[in-house]
Amino acid sequence: MTLILDPTDERVPVARQITPRPAELKGRVSFLDISKPRGNVLIDRIEELLRSKHPSVEVQRFAKPTFTKPAPDALRAEIRERSDFVIEALAD
Amino acid sequence: MRNLVPFSLELTDAQTSVSFPARRPSLIAFVKEDCPTCREVMPVLGALREACGDELDCLVIGQDRGGNRMLMSKHGFSLLDDSSLKVSFAWDIETVPTLVRADAQGRFTSELIGFVRDEWKALAADVGAGDDTLEGRVDWSKLPAWRPGCGSKSADPIIADRLRAESENSPLRARKIEIGQYDDEFEFMFDQGFSDGLPLIPPTPERVIRMLAGTSRDPQDVVAEVPPNLGPATVEKVAINAVMAGCRPEYFPVVLAAIEAVCNEQYNIHGVMATTMGASPVLVINGPIRHRIGMNMKLGALGQGNRANATIGRAVRLAVRNIGGAKPGGTERSTLGNPMKFTMCFAEWEERSPWEPLHVERGFRAEQSVVTAYTASSGPALMVDQDSRTASQLAGSFGLALESIFATKAHYATDTLMVIVPEHVDTLKRDGYTKADIRRRIQAVSSRPISALLANDISATGFKAEFAVGKSEAELARLIPKFRRDEDIMIVVAGSEAGKFSGAFHGWATGAIGSVPVSKAIDPWM
Repeated sequence: MTLILDPTDERVPVARQITPRPAELKGRVSFLDISKPRGNVLIDRIEELLRSKHPSVEVQRFAKPTFTKPAPDALRAEIRERSDFVIEALAD
Repeated sequence: MRNLVPFSLELTDAQTSVSFPARRPSLIAFVKEDCPTCREVMPVLGALREACGDELDCLVIGQDRGGNRMLMSKHGFSLLDDSSLKVSFAWDIETVPTLVRADAQGRFTSELIGFVRDEWKALAADVGAGDDTLEGRVDWSKLPAWRPGCGSKSADPIIADRLRAESENSPLRARKIEIGQYDDEFEFMFDQGFSDGLPLIPPTPERVIRMLAGTSRDPQDVVAEVPPNLGPATVEKVAINAVMAGCRPEYFPVVLAAIEAVCNEQYNIHGVMATTMGASPVLVINGPIRHRIGMNMKLGALGQGNRANATIGRAVRLAVRNIGGAKPGGTERSTLGNPMKFTMCFAEWEERSPWEPLHVERGFRAEQSVVTAYTASSGPALMVDQDSRTASQLAGSFGLALESIFATKAHYATDTLMVIVPEHVDTLKRDGYTKADIRRRIQAVSSRPISALLANDISATGFKAEFAVGKSEAELARLIPKFRRDEDIMIVVAGSEAGKFSGAFHGWATGAIGSVPVSKAIDPWM
């Protein structure tokens, strides 16, 4: 990781970056279903593959109340608290 | 008197940490494996540790993890790991070995630097590890009488800059940006919009600290407010942009003075950047600093290939972009743009000139270093004359060439910065021409009667046709030179010894409605 200093007058936030990826898959993996039709079909299939290939991984499911709105704060906090990895499935 | 900042360090290869102070007097040794003196005194430190007992904490701190492991396997006791060098830096350790004694409250009492056998022996006796205790473990007679020790790793210039940047009293205040592990730092800086289109040097804290060493000014001093956003250009922010541009720290005072010059209201950097004409700052450097930082004033002075010329101009442009917010398509709206917008900075070859250098003409002393910011809309346009052998002919050619600025009929419209090359200098000098003579000759040969400057079927530039209505013939015959005032013709000397090709930068809107050249002393920014 490189650390640099901001050359600007800092009135604009820095564009968001990808969180560093861990080297190996272990711990708790959460699936977030955004509650759009058939999103769960995709998640079911990925979960099945994950369980067969990485049996030691703990899998959890979460769902947004509705795909039309951002996830409620409490749900986001809970996912953050209980997950090492999150896979969010979009639909369509 | 050393300031013993409290610390907590882990043992090398163990999760156990040891804190200082720990309510007992202590003896703390700093060592590194690649120092021969440290290796030599390790058995003494081992023996001291055993002799220390409950009354005294005896800590041995190693400066690199791999070296610590080697020392541990050879000498059989554990070293604290200061491979981050934070404790060595905070304690200002310059030499290894250094042995520090502290009281129970963690206050400094004494120290030994390097190895002086008698001093170490006296210390051993003092902490209760006299000859009897060390019997059979340390043979003092086999140790050298004196060894100076080695430089502490924390004092290595490159490492020390990083440590200073990270320390609690770091002079840096700019927002820190972590570039993700999977991001390419060069691509990242393009994506953030920091770049002029060319790659940038990543402005890491250690590089910015090194740049700040180029000035004695406080990093938080405000050099100027940079239009259009009026962002405050602190010395630190300018340093960040100077790093990105590729400057060396010794160029930094020039960059600071140039920022002060272009942000002067008379210079009007806002208008220079915003205009649909392709205007851009041209920086001319005069005085001793030209030589000190190795600027080019000779062959190819206005071109590429010299780091100081190239990066000083670029640093100013990047600072205006990043601190002031002038970006093409935003408030920078030049129709065609202009390659000088990347960088345009050169030095005058004062020693090759028979005339006063630019900064002296502008009221500075010859021994001062000065930056002059001029605004050019195009150039350097060459004035090719390989044939004239008299000063009057050559300056006549200059006048004819300069008449083409903007449009031939556009008189009184702008100013110029002429760069006269050595072969042309010699022709002018042979006939005793002064700068005033050159200016007068240019004005004379470019003078046209108003009637010749009226808009007509060939070109509608110049005076509007209505201007002639009701004017007498005598009035229409009045001669108008190209430039409103002789001093609108600025003259400097640069270029190689071979070639009769002088250059001229063509101005932009000049005077109060546009940009007025501004000169600033560089020395106050040293």
